[in-house]
Amino acid sequence: MRRVVTLYRSSVGKKVIMAVTGVVWVGFVVAHMVGNLKAFQGAEKIDHYGEFLREMGAPVFGHGQLLWVLRIGLLVTIVVHVLAATQLTLMSWRARPVSYKVAPHMELSYASRTMRWGGVIIGLFVIYHLMHFTVGNVHPDFEPGGVHHNLVVGFRSWPVALVYIVAMGALAVHLYHGVWSMFQTLGINHPKYNRYRRPLAAVLAAAVFVGFVSVPIGVLAGAIQ
Amino acid sequence: MRIALHVWRQVNAGARGGFERYDVPGITEHMSFLEMLDVVNERLVEQGKEPIAFEHDCREGICGSCGMVINGEPHGPVRRVTACQLHMRSFADGDEIWLEPWRARAFPVLKDLVVDRSALDRIIQAGGYISVRAGSAPDANAILIPKRNADMAFDAATCIGCGACVAACPNGSAMLFSAAKIAHLAAIPQGEPERFRRAYQMVAQMDAEGFGSCTNHGACEVACPKEISIDFIATLNRDLVRAELGWGAER
Ligand code: HEM
Ligand code: SF4
Ligand code: FES
Repeated sequence: MRRVVTLYRSSVGKKVIMAVTGVVWVGFVVAHMVGNLKAFQGAEKIDHYGEFLREMGAPVFGHGQLLWVLRIGLLVTIVVHVLAATQLTLMSWRARPVSYKVAPHMELSYASRTMRWGGVIIGLFVIYHLMHFTVGNVHPDFEPGGVHHNLVVGFRSWPVALVYIVAMGALAVHLYHGVWSMFQTLGINHPKYNRYRRPLAAVLAAAVFVGFVSVPIGVLAGAIQ
Repeated sequence: MRIALHVWRQVNAGARGGFERYDVPGITEHMSFLEMLDVVNERLVEQGKEPIAFEHDCREGICGSCGMVINGEPHGPVRRVTACQLHMRSFADGDEIWLEPWRARAFPVLKDLVVDRSALDRIIQAGGYISVRAGSAPDANAILIPKRNADMAFDAATCIGCGACVAACPNGSAMLFSAAKIAHLAAIPQGEPERFRRAYQMVAQMDAEGFGSCTNHGACEVACPKEISIDFIATLNRDLVRAELGWGAER
């Protein structure tokens, strides 16, 4: 543990910790996306899945306990991720106090340029999303445990569906650069396999986007009702 | 050809600078970029004005002195070329050309286009060396090194320390420079024993100098006149983690 703390002190160490916390979230995001697809199998399947999440870990864990452990784990990882991102961003802003008169038109990808503010958008979305489908206080007709009902009622409003689709776009862009960047940061490079890193990030980002947006689009198109 | 130059003029490190416009007729396309500046300076001296300060030494792309940002691009518009190896044929008659010094907190402007790059020297002093006397140039093949490692070390060793990577980086990060040195020495037997300590010390110095943090944009690789690959940055990162977590040798 002491070594992890000293690692965090250096700029490269902070990046490594961002990459590791990022990977934890990528795992969560992929699992969440796959779970959501159960919405296409009807009310019973997805409501049952919601129930399963609360029952996970029995008999060692009581009702909802393991779920809370995972939630706290995710909360801690995102806090560390954002803290490191903020510190490194400030460090980089300080490092370039005077900007160029003629903007360097070096090819910075859209994805790499938007990591910071795109990340903030994702963070705000996560808060809205929890208020919408988990707590339910911004949902017009929230039923605890009624996952299918909540989804269908929630996404019948197209502006809400649009917010989700745009946020998933931001997430996909963040992952496209993030996953590739993660290979760099963790030093996962090999002359033979390096050319697969970008395509892998692209496939993952695309799969996450398509998987997630299929649910709001499915509701609007009437495939989920 | 006739061009217009907008040059950053700054009397000294403490002074406020600004752009100065120069109308430059009578340039031939065969001139190198620095020869064009020499002509401008001769004319300035004849008029009793202060010539434009810019750094240069070898004028053959090997010393790394001549960095400046030309129309927003470190070393100018041609890839794989230092400012001294750039020629006026890469520009057109009537072009407006903007010249700026490297911009980074760790590279304070000394005068006009000249910046102080000694922060890079201090990164080298922090670990970019081999502590024991490695002798004079050994006979070829006296130490057997796998071809792949030899090539990798050579690719990294072509870095001339010009600082274009820092200048190009929106984060003002010196990762490409540091990575080139770390990867170069780590790939050969003479450098191997101090590999992890070197990574740790050089990164610590990099942070102390006020360089920014790499976000893997890749602008450095595009700007680098020696085509140093950002793959070396991954090597640096791996060595740093191993040094910090004690998986390699002690740091
Ligand atoms: C409030 C939310 C977030 C903010 C402010 C944020 C910010 C950032 C920033 C600034 C970077 C560094 C960019 C770079 O170095 O190129 C980054 C990297 C990354 N992010 Fe996020 N992020 C957020 C949420 C997420 C989420 C939800 C995930 C996963 C689903 C994620 C996955 C990643 C990954 C994998 C990386 C790559 C780490 C690396 O560069 O090695 N981030 N994030
Ligand atoms: S890595 Fe390239 S751009 Fe950076 S100092 Fe070395 S030669 Fe110059
Ligand atoms: S003057 Fe030596 S590299 Fe340009």
